[in-house]
Amino acid sequence: MSAAAHIPSSTKGEGGAQEVRAPAGSRWMAYLLLLPGLLWLGVFFVLPLVQLGAVSLQSRWPDFPGYYYPDLNWHNYVQALTDYGPHFARSFVYAGLATLFAFVLAYPLAYAMAFKAGRWRGIMMICIIAPFFTSFILRTFAWAQILSDEGWVADVLNALHLLPGGQIINTPIAVVAGLTYNFLPFMVLPIYASLERADPRVIEAGGDLYANGLTTFRTVTLPMSMPGVLAGTLLTFIPAAGDFVNMELLGPQRGKMVGNVINDQFLAIPGGYPIAAALSFTLMAAILVMVFLYVRRFGTEELV
Amino acid sequence: MGDLRDAHGDLQLESVTKRFGDFVAVDGLDLEVPRGSFFALLGPSGCGKTTTLRMIAGLEQPTAGRVLIGDTDLTGSRPYERPVNTVFQSYALFPHLSVHDNVAFGPKRRKAKDADTRAGEALELVQMADFAARKPAQLSGGQQQRVALARALVNRPEVLLLDEPLGALDLKLRREMQVELKRIQTEVGLTFIHVTHDQEEAMTMADTVAVMNRGHIEQMGPPEELYDLPRTRFVANFVGQANMGPGTVEGTDGDYLVADVYGTKVKVKRSRSQVQEGSLLFGVRPEKVQVSRTQPEGGGNDVMGVVKDVSFLGVATAYLVEMPSGTIWSCYEQNLDVEPIDLRPGDQVWLRWNPAHAFAVAPEGALQEAAR
Amino acid sequence: MASTTAHRPSATRRTRTWLADHFVMLVAVAVLVYLFLPVAYTFAFSFNDHGKTNIVWQGFTLEHWKDPCGVPGACESLVTSLQVGAISTFIATVLGTMMALAMVRYRFRGKAMSNVLIFIPMATPEIVLGASLLTIFVQGFTNLGLRLGFWAIVFAHIMFCISFVVVTVRARIQSLDPRIEEAAQDLYAGPQSTFWKVTFPLILPGVLGAAMLAFSLSFDDFIITNFVSGNESTFPKFVYVSARRGIPAEANVIGFSMFVIAVALVVAAQVVRSLRTSGSTNQKG
Repeated sequence: MSAAAHIPSSTKGEGGAQEVRAPAGSRWMAYLLLLPGLLWLGVFFVLPLVQLGAVSLQSRWPDFPGYYYPDLNWHNYVQALTDYGPHFARSFVYAGLATLFAFVLAYPLAYAMAFKAGRWRGIMMICIIAPFFTSFILRTFAWAQILSDEGWVADVLNALHLLPGGQIINTPIAVVAGLTYNFLPFMVLPIYASLERADPRVIEAGGDLYANGLTTFRTVTLPMSMPGVLAGTLLTFIPAAGDFVNMELLGPQRGKMVGNVINDQFLAIPGGYPIAAALSFTLMAAILVMVFLYVRRFGTEELV
Repeated sequence: MGDLRDAHGDLQLESVTKRFGDFVAVDGLDLEVPRGSFFALLGPSGCGKTTTLRMIAGLEQPTAGRVLIGDTDLTGSRPYERPVNTVFQSYALFPHLSVHDNVAFGPKRRKAKDADTRAGEALELVQMADFAARKPAQLSGGQQQRVALARALVNRPEVLLLDEPLGALDLKLRREMQVELKRIQTEVGLTFIHVTHDQEEAMTMADTVAVMNRGHIEQMGPPEELYDLPRTRFVANFVGQANMGPGTVEGTDGDYLVADVYGTKVKVKRSRSQVQEGSLLFGVRPEKVQVSRTQPEGGGNDVMGVVKDVSFLGVATAYLVEMPSGTIWSCYEQNLDVEPIDLRPGDQVWLRWNPAHAFAVAPEGALQEAAR
Repeated sequence: MASTTAHRPSATRRTRTWLADHFVMLVAVAVLVYLFLPVAYTFAFSFNDHGKTNIVWQGFTLEHWKDPCGVPGACESLVTSLQVGAISTFIATVLGTMMALAMVRYRFRGKAMSNVLIFIPMATPEIVLGASLLTIFVQGFTNLGLRLGFWAIVFAHIMFCISFVVVTVRARIQSLDPRIEEAAQDLYAGPQSTFWKVTFPLILPGVLGAAMLAFSLSFDDFIITNFVSGNESTFPKFVYVSARRGIPAEANVIGFSMFVIAVALVVAAQVVRSLRTSGSTNQKG
């Protein structure tokens, strides 16, 4: 049920035509309607981020682990990046791979739903959304069972001598597989939404003009679904880059992702707040910059 | 505010202006619509007719000027305070309510005790009583149109506004509804203001037609008058077709002005010309022009041309004739005879008309191809 | 002989055309199977007669289905999750719907800023949201008496659900014909009754969709919850914490039951909707 509902607006981008034109005083009505929600976002989103920024610059009391004093300790960022640079790299690489695989799997499914499914469309839609209703941790844990050393996946791959380490669970492969799985629906639904709006006759016309299916896809179908692809890659990449659950349940003991570090530094290791806050802030900044560049490069202005 | 709803009388717009940013949609419009008349606002899209309608409804507020019904000033009041109802172009039926509830919506908002009875009667009037329980989505375009009409009529408004109400219907249905609308208007005796870009629709239904262009009214009057004696070039071309040509007044001949149009002397009644001297735009309606192979007797209003195209239309035959000046005139000849038409493109013909049927308007701006 | 040679290529071609035509559909079905595989495992392993860890299949038993609440904490955490979900869904839906109305129907100063403020929470990784909330609770809100725990979870969930509600409801409002509301005003409905008699019934499906989305986001959230829950346990947190020792099959029972209930509700809603609009085939937006 997640992405489907909100994607349509991401590409439609209308709205101007429906604004109430003049009525004096109606602006106050708008503020009245907005205020509670904005206030909530202010107190529970903006304020915490400001605090996170402040914490990322705090210093530790040398003798009291878990106690900090306000400071402008930029060294936290230096330390965060030197100590955990590889974790950042892993997060982005794994999330990038998962996004790529999710795209490869999602596109045919979205395409089939939009153009081939006919009356099965509704049922396929339910099939995509339904797994959401089982807790995502349970589903990730199910992957731990499926990929376990005793499971059939490992057996098959071993029989084919495709697993150099003899194991698939506790490897980065399992992590990427888990990430791909978990965020796949977020890729399918927006692509489907933008393909569904496309006119199949345009694709047929493309088929007439180019004859070659691949050329038609590259020059006609894909560009038409670009808004959906854009939204889908963001909806997959962002949560994947910040995730730590897949690494925790499916991944190796060493070579974690930045999400694991942040989680552990905050919740498991005393005295880790400033570094973890610096890591969080860097992660958010990196992702926002990437989103911005990405949308500038590929996207329509109107993302929301 | 209750008294606004009791306003009675003629609808009056006093120098109403509406601006959207720099764009002037309606420009100092004065208009008086007598109570109980069927009035049409005719004009091309973007001429300001819908904006005028929305200001009467209260959905837009004028930038300047006043809107009155009788002596009651409605300017500044809200749509729900006015004794005015609208039939929207897209019908705008409430999709979540049944046909009956759609129609009863207005009376219920006004706390009428007999809302349901009145809704039933209104549906009866538009012959939709059998569909009362349906949802709008289960109706055809024409049926939705009737419901939209009933939903407005049921309130017995002082003024009923119709915004291109027949635009979405096919030709046959549109003809039927034109007759139907006229019948209903006569029956209920309310003031109807009908906005349309279809001149034929305006002419068939309305007692009075106002032709709008660029935010102001070009001419207003009964349909016959607009057709017979257009006062501006815009009206001449928008209401029906006209063969036109620029000319200069050279003198008078009794009741007639004599003008030179592309080297040909033509006559036009002084009373039928908006210009008495200098340059003018001379015009004749296509069906007033006779086509013949030989030069008619008693010269004057006749010109020689070359046939460009002949189309047989059944009741009439339409000719396109190229004039010496290069302009194309169109002419309709009624097919009174059963002889086959022997004129072919390339043939030389004489065109003739009764000078009493000609008209002339001010040339306004650059010369333009008059006939289509 | 000649006829068979002529026939053979057309047969292989027919297979090939069939494959080409149905290739996309076959891939799609394979992907759907992939999506359902873990759900099937969750279901299957709810019958596993497991020992310490529920990783390897050991034998069939109905034990776990008889008393899913037998494991300490399982049902308590489920109830907490349902409560959190209900409260935060309600508040987020109300606030988000109000915001969506303002964003579509009015022009005002600060609209672009509001848009950004609504968008950014969705583009922020959950771990950053959770971490920032943790810092402000520990170093700020606690001093005001607002501690980590049940209400902290609720407040956090409302925060990240609002944005999703806004975009969902906004899409619905944008698809409405503004003339319909004008018609209501034209028919003597003031602002209040225009809203309650016309606008609200028409955006209701979008609002319900948004509420469902908010509930499923809240119910399944672990990362943010983990930061602000203190000693409180939600169902995902319960599962995650017990994963260290091995998730008890009772969790599978509960998880799978939730899946069945949710799917049944969705299907029922679809059926009701198609029954109600049956016959109204020519409805256009």
